[in-house]
Amino acid sequence: MEDRILQTARSYRRFDRSPVAEIEALIRTIRQDKTNSFITIDEEGALRDAAAAEKMLAHSDDPLVGVPIAVKDNICTRGLATTCASKILAGFVPTYDATAVKRLKERGAVIIGKTNLDEFAMGSTTATSSIGPTLNPWDLSKTPGGSSGGSGAAVAAGLCAGALGSDTGGSIRMPASFCGITGLKPTYGAVSRFGLVAFASSLDQIGPMAVSARDTAVLFDALKGHDPLDSTSAQREYPQMGLEALDLKGVRIGIPEEFFSEGLDPDVERSVFFGISTLENLGAEIQQIKLPHVRYGVAVYYIIATAEASSNLARYDGVRYGARDTDAKDLLDMYLETRSKGFNDEVKRRIMLGTYVLSAGYYDAYYKKASQVRSLIARDFEEAFAQCDLIAGPTTPVTAFGIHDMVDDPLRIYLLDIYTIPANLAGLPAISFPCGFGAEGLPVGMQLIAPHFREDLLLGAGIAFQEWTKFHRVKP
Amino acid sequence: MNGYDITIGLEVHAQLLTESKIFCGCRARTVQEPNTNTCPVCMGMPGTLPVLNRKAVDYGIRLGLATGCRIAKKSIFARKNYFYPDLPKGYQITQHLTPLCAGGTLDIETASGAKSIRIMRIHMEEDAGKTIHGDREPYSYVDYNRSGVPLLEIVSMPDITSSEEAAVYLRETRKILMFLEICDGNMEEGSFRCDANISVKPAGSREYGIRTEIKNMNSFKNVQKALDFEVRRHIGILRSGGSIVQETRLWDAAAGATMSMRSKEESHDYRYFPEPDLVPVEVGEDWIEKIREDLPELPAHLRRRFQSQFGLPAYDAGVLTGSKALARYFEECVKLLDAPKEISNWIMTEVLHVINEQGIDISSFPISPERLTEMIGLVRQGVISVHIAKEVFSEMTSTGKSASEIVHEKNITQISDEEQIRGLAKTIVEANPDEAAKYRAGKTGLLGFFVGKLMSATEGKANPKLAGRIVKETLEQ
Amino acid sequence: MKITQDEVLHAARLARLKLGLAEVEKFQNELDSILEYMDMLSKVETGDIEPMSRSFHVTNVFREDEAVRSQDRAEALLNAPCHKDGVVVVPKVIE
Repeated sequence: MEDRILQTARSYRRFDRSPVAEIEALIRTIRQDKTNSFITIDEEGALRDAAAAEKMLAHSDDPLVGVPIAVKDNICTRGLATTCASKILAGFVPTYDATAVKRLKERGAVIIGKTNLDEFAMGSTTATSSIGPTLNPWDLSKTPGGSSGGSGAAVAAGLCAGALGSDTGGSIRMPASFCGITGLKPTYGAVSRFGLVAFASSLDQIGPMAVSARDTAVLFDALKGHDPLDSTSAQREYPQMGLEALDLKGVRIGIPEEFFSEGLDPDVERSVFFGISTLENLGAEIQQIKLPHVRYGVAVYYIIATAEASSNLARYDGVRYGARDTDAKDLLDMYLETRSKGFNDEVKRRIMLGTYVLSAGYYDAYYKKASQVRSLIARDFEEAFAQCDLIAGPTTPVTAFGIHDMVDDPLRIYLLDIYTIPANLAGLPAISFPCGFGAEGLPVGMQLIAPHFREDLLLGAGIAFQEWTKFHRVKP
Repeated sequence: MNGYDITIGLEVHAQLLTESKIFCGCRARTVQEPNTNTCPVCMGMPGTLPVLNRKAVDYGIRLGLATGCRIAKKSIFARKNYFYPDLPKGYQITQHLTPLCAGGTLDIETASGAKSIRIMRIHMEEDAGKTIHGDREPYSYVDYNRSGVPLLEIVSMPDITSSEEAAVYLRETRKILMFLEICDGNMEEGSFRCDANISVKPAGSREYGIRTEIKNMNSFKNVQKALDFEVRRHIGILRSGGSIVQETRLWDAAAGATMSMRSKEESHDYRYFPEPDLVPVEVGEDWIEKIREDLPELPAHLRRRFQSQFGLPAYDAGVLTGSKALARYFEECVKLLDAPKEISNWIMTEVLHVINEQGIDISSFPISPERLTEMIGLVRQGVISVHIAKEVFSEMTSTGKSASEIVHEKNITQISDEEQIRGLAKTIVEANPDEAAKYRAGKTGLLGFFVGKLMSATEGKANPKLAGRIVKETLEQ
Repeated sequence: MKITQDEVLHAARLARLKLGLAEVEKFQNELDSILEYMDMLSKVETGDIEPMSRSFHVTNVFREDEAVRSQDRAEALLNAPCHKDGVVVVPKVIE
């Protein structure tokens, strides 16, 4: 199967299948599925919207009409529980849609349910979810990556035509890589964050995940654009995303030596080099570049992201929504009990770290220092993009690993984000798509990074790549 | 005071009169019914984001210019992190290192003369909701209507040296806010609030004493009382050889004392950092100029002008500039009738009396400047006496009729006909021969007796000046 | 150790997290190794480089001052764990 969204759209218009039938079949499949990709399935809402979509089909050629989309459960959906895979948000039902969700609905897409994630999107395995880990459809003993592991696994397992993820340090690209699909982290500000439950506000972006770059482009086209409800949403006119391959002739692709450092799995390295040579065969000019400060990316990221998270997660206090410990005798006790029982260890660890780096006496040494190094990383990219049009490298240092591996070594897990974090720190768009398979037959993803607001280059290059390769067509 | 110097710095929080809240579209005016003036943004629901109200910045600049502050070319918002049930996000969006305005002054006049109080900074922030603590039940109750109402925080330098000065500074700050029409200045309802930092040191000592912060003073009177109490408390401790504990204390108006907040184990550590959900505010010269052009005349300037232009005493100028509307009322009157001092007298006594008694604003005072000056004109022309005029005034207030209508209807035109008065005087003198004899024998104090008789005979309508002269002439014939 | 137990406890208090003794030790060890890793930043020469707290340079994003209808109270309180007579109820604040 090449493009799932576009094929579904075509099948509706050929009357091969109706949206209602498609959704009904899909929900049956989801219920039998073993990957634990979904937290909530919205059968009633999805069938209602599918029925509405059937009427819309008659007078719309929008490829999203009636197409089933899954949404990561840290993105708010009106009237549908949004839990962030956390006990602390038990029972929370937003009264508003995230702008990204609203835009998909306006285009006729059908939201079939909410997908699993690491609690509050903090993790790289989807194993820290309060409902238990999502399993990788390629090998149920492996992690799908995280934190958008539910969306990644659901797309790979064919449980939806496409999905929304969120990416703060690699949370779309990493599961895309581990699950053999395409995932785009847009430019910071390209997609509204309104309704995305904040983890690290200066880094978070919602983005699309799908089986192909073309499907990813269809979704991104619906998501992008200014939103008055988000002050950090870019006020710019986007042209409609083309679904055509980018002519790679003369496109300069920089290969940073820092992205091929120690710790990179040889299988991953081989596949990524194959991917790069494919781009070269398509006419791209490959050149070595340097990003001297990206090696500090993980350290910078875990200071800035946890600092912001410690503040963003202060609102989960049991007062206005979510779970509350009801035995508490006074307010302080209620706060302590509610938050200690509601958050898992990984979330607590990050809140603690973020609180510490912002606390009196440490701000300059940690938060300010990290913010300065962040400037240097952004500057590295600026200088690099003076010489090249795109940057290519691996998405992750390894392929999917066992779901119970590395749980006791937070730092090792943090280091998995080493190649994805820099794009978040610099606010740049980046895409991951499959470029081969590792020793255990697990997918390998490669990453392309582009200058701000050049998603068209990433998607066009991805489409071109996928016209010449078949990795994205292999199903688990 | 008694061998000690007092140092006071004030922090004022002024709620802005914008239509909507600072970061969302809910109304900025507090409404009564709890939790009816909220939305997901000001309730801090997950995933919601703030978007800055441009008018809040306009108003901040307006106050900054009015107090001679520098307006920051670029200022950013920060998060102040702490937990409280009425703080929905677990942090307050405020400004920390880069306030919108800094380095201004505010001129005050006290009994001991004029003084400039320096303004350290003015910054924008959001108000919190309200928590009400149950008396008997083990619960507190939270209303988020106020959450997100825009505030300006105005921080003075520690230039204030007495509780009287503090009160004058506060009154002047409030007056400026009201003249600028950016805050309604209602202290009881909390739209104008004040916290104080106070320290005391031996007179002449170079080092400041340890300071305490006082909160919960919700009237000018309470501010003064709380500061006086705190000064006595500090001096008492210092005299007995003790030392002041740096802490926050609450003013308990009923007890007439400040109480320690029993601050807990943790010192405040607000972990300020730049608010990533908002972008920096850049204020260019054109923006500043646009605001400057619309700036109204400020109370201090108005006071000086009323003295120089109309020759009014400082006291009158102070009273008449008590509010923008009152000053405007006075000026309109003067435009209609060139008698500033008489108008001032009428406003300061009769007009303000009615306003205070009825608890209304000058804008809803029933007598227009046209009507008031018409009435004063009748007095000046001698048509009615001042005495009668006061009755006419009160009639005007209650009926809404004009002075001439009332005078006409009630036939209370002043009797200024000399012959008529002379005739009456003659009759009265003749009817009281004993008193007349005593007067003529030197007991001139009896003049009042005869004038009184004449006035009551005319039901007060005789021109009093005329009556006095004619009675005197009649007696001395 | 880069972080003391007291500092762990201070952070936990600020963040309103209750930690058992074992947890304090666990977090101390974990945070310590993370902070040690972060020490690499101290070697970067940053001088007076402007700290970057946002991903892109935009200024002056405003709403116009227009009031819109607020949500219904039922909607505002829909998710509240405890409310009565239109107000949110919490265990008593003890100062």
